[in-house]
Amino acid sequence: MTDFYGYLRPDGSVGVRNHLLVIAPIDCSYEPAKQVASRVEGAVAVTQFHGCRADPMLVNTLIGTGLNPNVAGILLYGLGCEVLTNDILMEGLKDSGKPIASIVIQEDGGTIKSMEKGVRVLQKMAQEVGALKRESFPLSELTLAVECGGSDATSGLAANPAVGVAADKIIEAGGKVIFTEPQEMIGTQHILARRSVNDQVAKDIYKMIEHQEARLSAMGQDSRYMSKGNIDGGLTTIEEKSLGAIRKGGTKPVQGVLWNTFDRFDKPDKPGLWLQDGTGWDVPSVTHMVAAGAQVVCFTSGRGSTTGHAIAPVIKVTGNPQTYRNLEDNMDINAGTILDGSESLHQVGEKIYNEVLNVASGKKTKAEALGFHDYVVFGRSMATEKLLGHC
Amino acid sequence: MKKAIQLDMADNVATMTLDVIKGEEVEVLSPQGKVILRTKPVENIIFGHKISLKNIKTRENIIKYGEILGVASQPIKLGEWVHTHNLESGRLPTSKLEENA
Repeated sequence: MTDFYGYLRPDGSVGVRNHLLVIAPIDCSYEPAKQVASRVEGAVAVTQFHGCRADPMLVNTLIGTGLNPNVAGILLYGLGCEVLTNDILMEGLKDSGKPIASIVIQEDGGTIKSMEKGVRVLQKMAQEVGALKRESFPLSELTLAVECGGSDATSGLAANPAVGVAADKIIEAGGKVIFTEPQEMIGTQHILARRSVNDQVAKDIYKMIEHQEARLSAMGQDSRYMSKGNIDGGLTTIEEKSLGAIRKGGTKPVQGVLWNTFDRFDKPDKPGLWLQDGTGWDVPSVTHMVAAGAQVVCFTSGRGSTTGHAIAPVIKVTGNPQTYRNLEDNMDINAGTILDGSESLHQVGEKIYNEVLNVASGKKTKAEALGFHDYVVFGRSMATEKLLGHC
Repeated sequence: MKKAIQLDMADNVATMTLDVIKGEEVEVLSPQGKVILRTKPVENIIFGHKISLKNIKTRENIIKYGEILGVASQPIKLGEWVHTHNLESGRLPTSKLEENA
């Protein structure tokens, strides 16, 4: 199986879902935006909580979310006096060819009138979107994001290596894979750099991880060390700890670093494995990879994270058999079978690969079926980045 | 039988999936699920900790995930527990790491 069934968008990209995205550019309009979205099937509202400013990192993430092929139509739902206006977002979204509507509460008669207008606009979009049909596409049209959160000793032993097997298979079939969490790469720079496709990529990897170490250091943390819990759990060196984390991305050559700065927001432009200059904080990390174009997410968790995402299916994989039993409502794949030898690492990797394709073709993840729409925009402090000399 | 998992064919250590006591037989599984070794640990090893799959000389690389975790700080025998007492990071001394922890 190397094809999936998705929806072709006007810009040629392929979505695995048909979400209608309501973007409140500022939290001031988020409450009515959520109410509007709740009244129309398939609609979901998102915002950012970084204040009234048009910081490029926030703008790029919101625009990136709208451009993600899982979004079929967009409603911009602003207040009216915010710095980050609907027009700024419209400028970045209009070339996608998707249906986009704009409502401004202060110009459209307040919340009740603007909400009525919003519901009508979305209702019409929902009807049109319902007529779209899934078609077969090769994996070259798919980008998978991989993430880990709530890790335990089984993460590096079972779940991450199994997801890594699936990531390798996606890439072998022509797909793209992204992973981030630079602080979890510390100690493996030399390994990732050795896997880079060229010297520039190797330099970028060192630079990205150095920047992250500088941020942690500025907060008084030395991230090169491990906790007592890590050592008691069996991890001996920082290389071992980080290898367990980066193994979820598989073993393929690194095509490049996707920078996320105040000047640029990169997306993968060719098949293979990509590292993103992102965060280790789970929901923003996933949000940010989805904004870079990932349509499906594989998320490993030993302890049992329950999050989903606003516009992308999130497949939860645990390597801990007890977590699978306790949180069976949240965990999609049990990689704990690797521990008792009932399935091999490669068998579970194969199972995850098949699940990615099934989910891409329409099967709902447990988080989706429960209606979880997690979304948090990741931002950095411009002041800190300037003081550290990163911009 | 208790299992240990070898995460890459090149690895000279495997990770225990359950606590094992000295002398109890352990089956080591490859990433493909094949039994590559049956051995008796020379000491107790707990879940998540590493067991040596061969005799390793001082300064020899310790390999897991097909990558170098660090070097042996003393000779390690087949079936021995591998941790901070006999494995040192190539990037940061283990002693310093323990002090900080």
